[in-house]
Amino acid sequence: MRKQNGKSDLSRRGFVASAAAATAVASVLPAPAVLAGGRPRVVVVGGGAGGATAARYIAKDSQGAVDVTLVEPSRAYYTCFFSNLYIGGFREWESIGHSYGALAANHGVNVVHDWAVSVDRDNRSVGLAGGGSLAYDRLILSPGIDFRDGSVPGWDLSQQNRMPHAYKAGSQTQLLKAQIEAMPEGGTYCMVAPPNPFRCPPGPYERISMVAHVLKQANPTAKIIIVDPKEKFSKQGLFEEGWQRHYPGMIERIGPDFGGDMVEVRPEAMEVVVDGEAMKVDVCNVIPAQQAGRIAAAAGITDDSGWAPIVPHTMQSRADENIHVLGDAALQGDMPKSGFSANSQAKACAMAVRGALTGSSVFPPRYSNTCWSLIATGDGVKVGASYEATDEKIAKTDGFISQTGESAELRMATYEESLGWYDGITADMFS
Amino acid sequence: MMGPCTASANGLTSTSRPRPAGLAACLTAGLLALTLLAFQAASAWSDDGERGKELFGLCKRCHQVGSGATHRIGPHLNDVFGRAAGSLAGFRYSRAMREAGTGGLVWDDATLDAFLADPHTFVPRSRMSFDGIKGMDDRAALLAWLQGYSGGAADLPPAEPTATPEEYGLDVKILSVAGDPEYGAYLAGECTTCHRTDGADKGIPSIVGWPVDDFVIALHAYKSGTRVHAVMQMVAGRLSDEEIAALAAHFQEVEGNP
Ligand SMILES: Cc1cc2nc3c(=O)[nH]c(=O)nc-3n(C[C@H](O)[C@H](O)[C@H](O)COP(=O)(O)OP(=O)(O)OC[C@H]3O[C@@H](n4cnc5c(N)ncnc54)[C@H](O)[C@@H]3O)c2cc1C
Ligand code: HEC
Ligand code: HEC
Repeated sequence: MRKQNGKSDLSRRGFVASAAAATAVASVLPAPAVLAGGRPRVVVVGGGAGGATAARYIAKDSQGAVDVTLVEPSRAYYTCFFSNLYIGGFREWESIGHSYGALAANHGVNVVHDWAVSVDRDNRSVGLAGGGSLAYDRLILSPGIDFRDGSVPGWDLSQQNRMPHAYKAGSQTQLLKAQIEAMPEGGTYCMVAPPNPFRCPPGPYERISMVAHVLKQANPTAKIIIVDPKEKFSKQGLFEEGWQRHYPGMIERIGPDFGGDMVEVRPEAMEVVVDGEAMKVDVCNVIPAQQAGRIAAAAGITDDSGWAPIVPHTMQSRADENIHVLGDAALQGDMPKSGFSANSQAKACAMAVRGALTGSSVFPPRYSNTCWSLIATGDGVKVGASYEATDEKIAKTDGFISQTGESAELRMATYEESLGWYDGITADMFS
Repeated sequence: MMGPCTASANGLTSTSRPRPAGLAACLTAGLLALTLLAFQAASAWSDDGERGKELFGLCKRCHQVGSGATHRIGPHLNDVFGRAAGSLAGFRYSRAMREAGTGGLVWDDATLDAFLADPHTFVPRSRMSFDGIKGMDDRAALLAWLQGYSGGAADLPPAEPTATPEEYGLDVKILSVAGDPEYGAYLAGECTTCHRTDGADKGIPSIVGWPVDDFVIALHAYKSGTRVHAVMQMVAGRLSDEEIAALAAHFQEVEGNP
C-alpha cells in the first residue's frame, strides 16, 4: 500500500491503484475461503473497544458477505472508560454497561460467550474453554491487558479483593468504590501506579482526581498517596494544577526519586513498603505492570516486551498475516493504549480484512485518539493526536492538549464533549 | 486555546454551548454583547426589533428567514407561527419533530417560547443542536421579530445565507469540489467515534443531514483556523479538499433518527 505523507493531499483517485495493488497482494495470500466457495470466516476474540468495533464494522459493511463470530466471556461489557467517573459518583453503574444484543440483531454477528484458550495457527482455528473450536480465515485478537506476575512484590491476583486493581472494569471497580466510601475518617488511600506502557496513560491520575472528589465531600481529612515508578505522567501539569486548586493538601505523590519504583505491598497487614519504609493504609489500589491479554502469548505472536507487534497499515500481526491484533494488546508505535485508539484501529483493520476477503476497496488507514479526563465537577481536560501508518510504526503526525489556566466555561464544554464522545463511541461499538 | 469569542457568546444569555460559531458570528456576538451593555446602561430596551434581529444571530447559521429562504441545516422559518411542528415538505425532520407535529404541536408564541427555552426537553430527541436561550425577555424579543416573517407579510427582506466562504476567508472554489460518498463513508469512521449518527447531539453536535455547502464551509473553517476548536482543527487539518467534499456528500445522506 502506498504510504501517506504528513500533510496528505491524496485524492481517492490516487488510491485506486493502491487499492488494486492491495487486492492483488491479498489474492496471493493463502487462499481465502471465498475462493473455496463458502463465506469467508472472521473470528474476533474479545468484545471490548477493539473487538466489538471490528466485529460490527466487518459485519455491517460486508452486508452478510463475511461470517463474523465474536468470542467474549462476559454478557455485558462494562467500559473502563468512565469507570473512574463511576467511582467519583458522576455515573451510575448501569450507565457504563453494554450488551451484545444489537451486534447480533442488527448486523448478524454470532456472539459466543466463552473464553478463547488456544490458537492453532497452522489449521487456522481457535480453541474454546467450553470445548470445541472455531475455524477462521482471519482472526482478530483484541483481548486487552493482563497483569505481569511479580511486578509489585507481595501482590498477585489472589490479593485483588484486599488490594483491588480496578483496571478491568467490573466487580473490581465496584469493590474499590465501596472500600473508598468505607474509609475511616482521616484514613489513607494509596495507589501503586503502573510503569509504562499501560492502558490509558491518564487513567490512574483521573482516578486520583475522582477519589479526591469523593473524599473531599465525605472524608475531608483523608489522605491520598500515589506511589509512582515513573518520572512523569500524562497531562501532569493539568492534573497537578487541578489538584492544587480543588484538593489542596490532600494528594501526595512519591516518584522514583523518593523510592516510588521500589515498592512492595503486604496485603494481610494492609501495608505499603516504599524504599524499605512501611506505612499503614486503609485502601490500597495496586495497578500492576501490564502485558497483552494472555491469548496473544498463547497464539505465539507476542515478543519479549509482552505485547504483539503489528503491521501499521492493516494491524496484522508481524508473526502471522492471518491474525490481526487491536487495542491495548498491540505493539504499534505512538498511539496510547486507549478505547479511542482501539476503536480507531478496529476500523482500519475491518477495512483491510474486508478488502482481503471480499475485494472491497482499501484506503489508507486514518488513526486518531482523544482522551478526556475529569478532574473535578465540570473541570474536564483532553489530549489528542492523529497518526499515520509508516512501514515501521504508527507514527504521530499532529496533536493538542488542554492548557493550564483555561476558563471554567471551556473546561465545562470539554467535559460535555466527553459525555458526547462516550455516547458516540459506545454506539459505534454496540449499536 | 479558547476562542477569543467564547465568553462573549455567553454574554448573549444564550445557553448555546460555549463554542465559537465561526469568526463572523463571534464578531457579531462580541459586538452584540457590547451593544447590549450600552442598551442596558441606558435602559433603552424598547427596540425589540433590533434586539430580536441580533438574537437571530444565534439561529442563522442553521436557519433562514426572508424572501427566498430555503431549508439549510434547519428548516426555513418563514410563516413558522401557526404551522404544525415538523410539517414542511422538503426538509428531513427527526421522527421526534414529525411526531410532535402529528401529535398536535403547533408553533405559536407559547410553544415557541417553551421550545427555545429548552429545545431538548420540549422536543426530546429532536436533532436541533442548540441548547436554548435562557432569558425570557430575549426569547420574547426574538419571537416578536420572527413574527414579522409570518402571516404572509409582503416585502420581506432577502434571506441571509447560513454560511459563506467569504466570512471565513475561504476561496469560493472549495464549494465546487465534487465529493465521492463511498470514500466519505469510509472516512466517516473517524468521525463517528465522537459524532452520533442518529442525530443526537449531547456534548458533540449533530452533523447529519446538512446541506453540503454548510458542511464544507464548517470543515474548511476549522482547517484554516478561522473557527477555533482543538479537536476539530486537528481532524480537519489533515483532510484534503476532496476528502472534505466526500464527507459532506456522505453525511448529507445520513438520516438522523428518521
Ligand atoms: C480506569 C480506566 C479509565 C479509562 N479511561 C479511558 C478513557 O477515558 N478513554 C479511552 O479512550 N480509554 C480509556 N481507558 C482505556 C480503555 O478502556 C482500553 O484502552 C480499551 O478498553 C482497550 O480496548 P481493547 O479492545 O484492547 O480491550 P478491552 O476493551 O479490555 O476488551 C478486551 C475484551 O476481551 C475479552 N477477553 C480477554 N481475553 C479473552 C479470551 N481469551 N477469550 C475471549 N475474550 C477475551 C475481555 O473479557 C474483554 O471484554 C481507560 C481504562 C481504565 C482502566
Ligand atoms: C445548529 C443548528 C441550529 C441552530 C443554531 C438552531 N436551529 Fe432550529 N432547528 C435546527 C434543526 C436541524 C431543526 C429540525 C429539528 C428536527 O427535525 O428535530 C430545527 C427546528 C427548528 C424549529 C421547528 C421548525 C419546524 O418546522 O417545525 C424551530 C421553530 C426552530 N428550529 C427555531 C430556531 C431558532 C429560533 C433558533 C435560534 C434561537 C434555532 N432554531 C437555532 C437547527 C438549528
Ligand atoms: C474527538 C471527537 C471528534 C471527532 C473525532 C470529530 N469531531 Fe467534529 N466536532 C467535535 C466537537 C467537540 C465539535 C464542536 C466544536 C466547536 O465547538 O466548534 C465538532 C464540530 C463539528 C462540526 C461543526 C458542527 C456545528 O454544529 O457547527 C462539523 C461539521 C464536524 N464536527 C465534522 C466532523 C467530521 C466530518 C469528522 C470526521 C472527519 C469529525 N467532525 C470528527 C468532536 C469531534
